[in-house]
Amino acid sequence: MDCVVTGGNVKVLAKAIHSLSRIGDELYLEPQEDGLTLRTVNSSRSAYACFLFAPLFFSRYVNPEGHGFRCKMAIKSVQAVFRSLATLEKTVEKCHIELDADRNRLTFTLHCKHGLLKTHNLSFQDSESLQALFDKDSSTNVLKAQPRVLADTVLNFPPSLDEVTVTVSDERVWFRNHVDQEAEPSKAMLTELCLSSDEFDHFEVRARSSVTFCLKELRGLLVFAESTGLPVSMYFDKPGSPVVLSVTDSVLDGNFVLATLSDESGVQTSDRAGTPAPPADDFMNDELESYLIAMDTSMAAGPSVPAPPAPLAPGRVGSPTATPDPWSPAHSEPGEDLTEEEEEPGRPPNKKFRSLFFGSVYPPGSPLGGHTPSSQKVLASDSEEDG
Amino acid sequence: MPLSTQSQTDDAQYILVASLDNARNISNILKAITFKDHAIFSATPNGLKVTVEDSKCLQANAFIQADIFQEFTIKEDSVGFQVNLTVLLDCLTIFGGSTVPGVSTALRMCYMGYGYPLTLFLEEGGVVTVCKINTQEPEEPIDFDFCSSNVTNKVILQSESLKEAFSELDMTSEVLQITMSPNQPYFRLSTFGNSGNAHYDYPKDSDMMELFQCTKTQINRYKMSLLKSSTKALALSCKVSVRTDSRGFLSLQYLVRNNDGQICFVEYYCCPDEEVGDD
Repeated sequence: MDCVVTGGNVKVLAKAIHSLSRIGDELYLEPQEDGLTLRTVNSSRSAYACFLFAPLFFSRYVNPEGHGFRCKMAIKSVQAVFRSLATLEKTVEKCHIELDADRNRLTFTLHCKHGLLKTHNLSFQDSESLQALFDKDSSTNVLKAQPRVLADTVLNFPPSLDEVTVTVSDERVWFRNHVDQEAEPSKAMLTELCLSSDEFDHFEVRARSSVTFCLKELRGLLVFAESTGLPVSMYFDKPGSPVVLSVTDSVLDGNFVLATLSDESGVQTSDRAGTPAPPADDFMNDELESYLIAMDTSMAAGPSVPAPPAPLAPGRVGSPTATPDPWSPAHSEPGEDLTEEEEEPGRPPNKKFRSLFFGSVYPPGSPLGGHTPSSQKVLASDSEEDG
Repeated sequence: MPLSTQSQTDDAQYILVASLDNARNISNILKAITFKDHAIFSATPNGLKVTVEDSKCLQANAFIQADIFQEFTIKEDSVGFQVNLTVLLDCLTIFGGSTVPGVSTALRMCYMGYGYPLTLFLEEGGVVTVCKINTQEPEEPIDFDFCSSNVTNKVILQSESLKEAFSELDMTSEVLQITMSPNQPYFRLSTFGNSGNAHYDYPKDSDMMELFQCTKTQINRYKMSLLKSSTKALALSCKVSVRTDSRGFLSLQYLVRNNDGQICFVEYYCCPDEEVGDD
């Protein structure tokens, strides 16, 4: 393997490696005919990221070893090559990556200003191929936005936030922080943002859906997207199916495949012990729903309700799981917010209502009703024989 | 001025009096060499030299010439004492580190001689602080026996390029290897860390290279932990001279410009960790 990256592409490569480091600790490198792939996976195998750099990304791309060469190395070692990202553009003229097969070393040579040459000889290990199986083109929902839009959105969430829930309807998208069921409700803060479809470059929602995934991993991709200015596409279906975040241009293709929380008790994350399956929900209908809305004027209409949208009040939001929960009115819909704080002694009917609500608000058969639990597994590590 | 009136009567007793309108001109340099608690002060009519040593392998010297000071009076040929450098720096910066333009701490440093404390009069905005720091018997600084006549290789670089390299050095490497040669790679810094090795090469015709005088290929290794101590001095400097002698001893000399544009020098001597061998 012998390739050269010049000019601004050095920074793009460095940023890609940097964003991969937000997912996993090891970098899997595989030069192929269609380009160089850099992949990583997190320790729990719930997040996978892959960047493919086409031969045109490089000013020289030669792969004399042909197929079969794959290696992995500590991502920190590669990051050390591209330290001081801020000055990379100004100081580095080109980057030469070369395989020294005899010594099992991968050499990164940075040709910098003033004739300075920085050479890093990194040791690597042979590795199996790391490949995730996903088909984003068959996704139910596809959103595409400028990185600035998403970056500004996630800015509203605290850096410590683990998971974010994205809910879509025909015309809107809600981003909400996911509150763990076990968390103390009075201490939880809820943040929710609503974006309309016209903020997106592409908005295709074939089925209303709500998926929860790790925010840190999304931020990892945004780091890359913002610096390159490439729009981010989001492909997703239903809870439990992975969400694919993608950035593409003519010479590179980046995909982050993230697991989402499944909403049913069937296959849960290890935090949640098996909870009872939701009972039949056929006694809920729209009338009751509108009654609920009418009762509490501070509630805002969510994606499930045809009422005109009102500014959302911070409130208790239903968790994605369907267990009976004194605060969660039903399925995870932002519309049914009932704030604990706003409760007064004169409002016991609310509480009663809420305790009645479990299971899906929608009649079975709607996209969000009657889900079958789906597997959270997103990855298949394709272990080939070493050749 | 409060400072001058106070010392009028004591002046006769002091064997060393050094005054600065801006204490930063000395505190900045001393901060750069504070890798150990104790410093040996040596004053001569030429000025002040402050020495800090580490494990008998590394020595740093800061030179502040007499003409940097607004007043520099010395009554003996040589005055020496040892003080706790950390304490001294705390006193010099006692008014805080604010950089409000036009406001500076004035310093008057006085010493009565052997057995007496080092007295500092510091004034800022009309407020005067007097500090008395105990002195100790000065240790004899190590003589690295590094003389110009024995220098094998010498380069002078603009600090900017070295600063970047030093900030990126792989700290998992126990040593920093310096190669100096009349041939390729000319001047090279190498590290050997957990993930592999790294080399920083400066060609002799680089515009960062102000002087290149290498006569013989030399490769020497120095303990990373020792050389890392020189990073602060490098950060302050605008130029650095790197010299090695026939034994592989390293001399780093940093040219530092203070706030008033005056020049001071900081120099480091370091013994090699092991002889890799000269070609």
